Amino acid sequence: MTDAMHHFLVGDLVALLSCTLAVVTCGILGSYLVLKRESLLGDAISHAVLPGLVVAFMIANSRAPVPMFIGAGVAAGLTVLLTMLVRRFGGVEPGAAMGVVFSVMFALGVYLIESDAIRDIDLDASCVLYGQVEYLVWWDAPKDWTAYLKLSTYTDTGIPSALPALAAVFVVAIAFVVMFFKELRITTFDPQMARAAGIPSWLVQGTLVLLVSLAVVASFQAIGSILVIAMLICPAATARMLTDRLGVQVALSGLVAGLCAIAGYFAGAKLPTALGAEHALNIAGMITVVAGVVFAAVCFASPSHGLIARALRQRRLAERIAIEDLLGLVYRSGEAGEAFVPVGPMRAAGMPIGRAQKLGLVRQEAEKLMLTDQGRTRAEGLIRRHRLWEGYLVERAGLRPDHVHATAELLEHVDQAEAIPRQSGAVDPHGKAIPPATEDGPKAG
Amino acid sequence: MNAQADTTSLVGIVVQTITELPRIFTGQASNTTVVVVASGLFGIAAGLVGVFALLRKRSLTADAIGHATLPGVAGAFIVGTMLGLPVREGPWLLVGAALAGAIGAWLIQLIAHRTRLNEDAAIGIVLSVFFGVGVVLLGVVQNMDSGTQGGLSTFIFGHTASMLAADAKSMAIIALFVLFVTLALRKQLTLVCFNDTYARATGWPVQLVDLLLLGLIILVSVAGLRAVGLLLVVAMIAIPAAAARFWSDHLGRIIAISAVIGGVAGSLGAAVSALAPGRPAGAVIVLTAGTLFALSMLCAPRRGLIAGAIVRVRSRLTILSDHTIETLWERSEEGTSPDMGPVRELPGGLRGKVVFLLLRLRGYVQSLGSAYALTPAGMAEGARLSRNHRLWSAYLTTHADIAPSHVDWSVDQVEHVLSDELVRTLERIVQLEDERA
Repeated sequence: MTDAMHHFLVGDLVALLSCTLAVVTCGILGSYLVLKRESLLGDAISHAVLPGLVVAFMIANSRAPVPMFIGAGVAAGLTVLLTMLVRRFGGVEPGAAMGVVFSVMFALGVYLIESDAIRDIDLDASCVLYGQVEYLVWWDAPKDWTAYLKLSTYTDTGIPSALPALAAVFVVAIAFVVMFFKELRITTFDPQMARAAGIPSWLVQGTLVLLVSLAVVASFQAIGSILVIAMLICPAATARMLTDRLGVQVALSGLVAGLCAIAGYFAGAKLPTALGAEHALNIAGMITVVAGVVFAAVCFASPSHGLIARALRQRRLAERIAIEDLLGLVYRSGEAGEAFVPVGPMRAAGMPIGRAQKLGLVRQEAEKLMLTDQGRTRAEGLIRRHRLWEGYLVERAGLRPDHVHATAELLEHVDQAEAIPRQSGAVDPHGKAIPPATEDGPKAG
Repeated sequence: MNAQADTTSLVGIVVQTITELPRIFTGQASNTTVVVVASGLFGIAAGLVGVFALLRKRSLTADAIGHATLPGVAGAFIVGTMLGLPVREGPWLLVGAALAGAIGAWLIQLIAHRTRLNEDAAIGIVLSVFFGVGVVLLGVVQNMDSGTQGGLSTFIFGHTASMLAADAKSMAIIALFVLFVTLALRKQLTLVCFNDTYARATGWPVQLVDLLLLGLIILVSVAGLRAVGLLLVVAMIAIPAAAARFWSDHLGRIIAISAVIGGVAGSLGAAVSALAPGRPAGAVIVLTAGTLFALSMLCAPRRGLIAGAIVRVRSRLTILSDHTIETLWERSEEGTSPDMGPVRELPGGLRGKVVFLLLRLRGYVQSLGSAYALTPAGMAEGARLSRNHRLWSAYLTTHADIAPSHVDWSVDQVEHVLSDELVRTLERIVQLEDERA
């Protein structure tokens, strides 16, 4: 084994694995919080477990995982309970109730941490906030490849205890999500339906909250509490911008989280020195930054829900409607007996004449504008829909004939065959002829 | 005369603060007094803004804004040091904090309104990512040669003990400004918080008022950075307002109470942490506010837990004793002996003892050895209850579709709730029932 490789195993492997496990666990569980619009429950819990941790720490006098988990679980349960109490009796909105409870709990934790009783022990407030990935070092990683095949290597060489704890929470979280996927889905999206179906909603969601608090505690040392919030929300929000399916959402959220962890780790620990800087950057902070950048990028570029895609779709729709309005105008003027429409005023009104010409829907001769055959077909379809809707609104919805034009003007642009009213007569309420249906229906363009 | 006041106890500091109050304006007050007064002013401002933040459901936005100030502080420090400015003094860091807070607030609106994500996710994203950036920048600051990195971490947890008079003054000035603006625009803020649709329809610039509220929240967060720290600024916005909500349903009173709670928490917390300089001031101030909140939740006259419990117990007892009298009255009306000992329909055990004790104290029931019997007053009460009961039953069976909210069994006379005409109709129905029986 080369020195560089060994150096990586000693200094980075455990830290990298811990970050990744913590972040992926949070990413998977966070999906449910984001979907339930309770993202800030993660925020509240990660602040509020602090006094539980500190008290557990004072009692057990060590960083042993089990008392820490118990302390955090009690604190998380207390937070949920107190929030419900404040909400019910205080008559304030849930967000404020949560804010009151978790900030007081957090203040208590900070106060206890700085108190004399545990001043000497290595638990301080900033470690809780930013984590101490840098301290997760596998000092006794063997230099010989063959040693890694033996089980004893992993039990006897002092792997930091944060890693097995994180691995355990990771496995439990994955098992819970896989085994109770259906129950989680129904209780997340429709608690009433779940109750009607006899699924104990409070049990499923309570377990979820418990797992979130376990993940929070297990992650404290590796990534700190603020990064936990980031990882509960950012990857899930990123996945939410990409998919509408729950399974894909959860898996994608875990995947995004894992990639952010790895990329953030190297960006924090290795990139600055590789670029010639003297010091590495804070790893937990860098993972958060990477997650934020990934979220921002997906927010803009997601093909289904991104800002760019949405703006493009809106522009295409606006253009189609403008062209159809132009075609309708030309068609109606032809119907009224005018042989052509003068171009100048239409251009002045901002109608997309050039675009319609390029699409071969109208042609211009001198100052006259006329429909091409293709344009006539589309215009007939449009006018047909408009007049069918007017007929429908008068006959079925009971509106007066002089009140239906504006509504029909909107609905005429919907060209799915199922959404067009059936024909009941040859003319519309104003006595105008309804053009016949064409074989090849109008297409979006 | 009071410069030698005992400052080793809480009372001492409070006394000193009060006696030195006039000297603040002449600049002769001691540092502790200035800090205590400034923290109090900050608490009042936070309490005021908090009420509107609570009504507009922006309490947790304040949390995100608080966290979002960290990269502003650290970034301003780095840029200022590069430019060779004296970053530790003056408003430079606070300007950076306000700028970052504003960007954070803007991004929350952007994510919540322009994407499919909800506001909670937007708040969480901004809060955590901004803080992450801040942590990275703090690391950079720590590695810079300036050697003054310790100063910035006081922004995270707050540290009143190391606060200079100048810092306290800038905090007090921001707080006073916020106080003034909030009170001046109280009407507009109230209108938008309670009925934004109406406000929009009547031509008020709702978006502008919303922006103003966000701006006030940002200012409060920035003002509180040195006192409570950016992590706990949300507490001073959420807690006083939520606590005041227990005491009143009247907005003016809620605002006043919230301001008082905020002010007391701020100044008292600062005084306590002056006694123990090692303790994180932010946590102490927030714990003080939390104690006041707990007291409000327990002791508030109508909505408090104790008041609520008393109301519940009293109504349970009323129902039980009414039921007991009615049962006894029916028995005596049927001609059965009242001294038949404990019967199943009557409350037994400890509850029964309490109920009978109360009834005896009110003179409705007398003890006959091992059994109870109604006194004449009890008979009259029984007749009244029974009549009410039967009229209400008749009302429910004939008029239940009219207004279920009118049904109140405990009312002294049905006539108090229902019209005379209706009561006469009901009486006829009851009479008919009797004749048929």
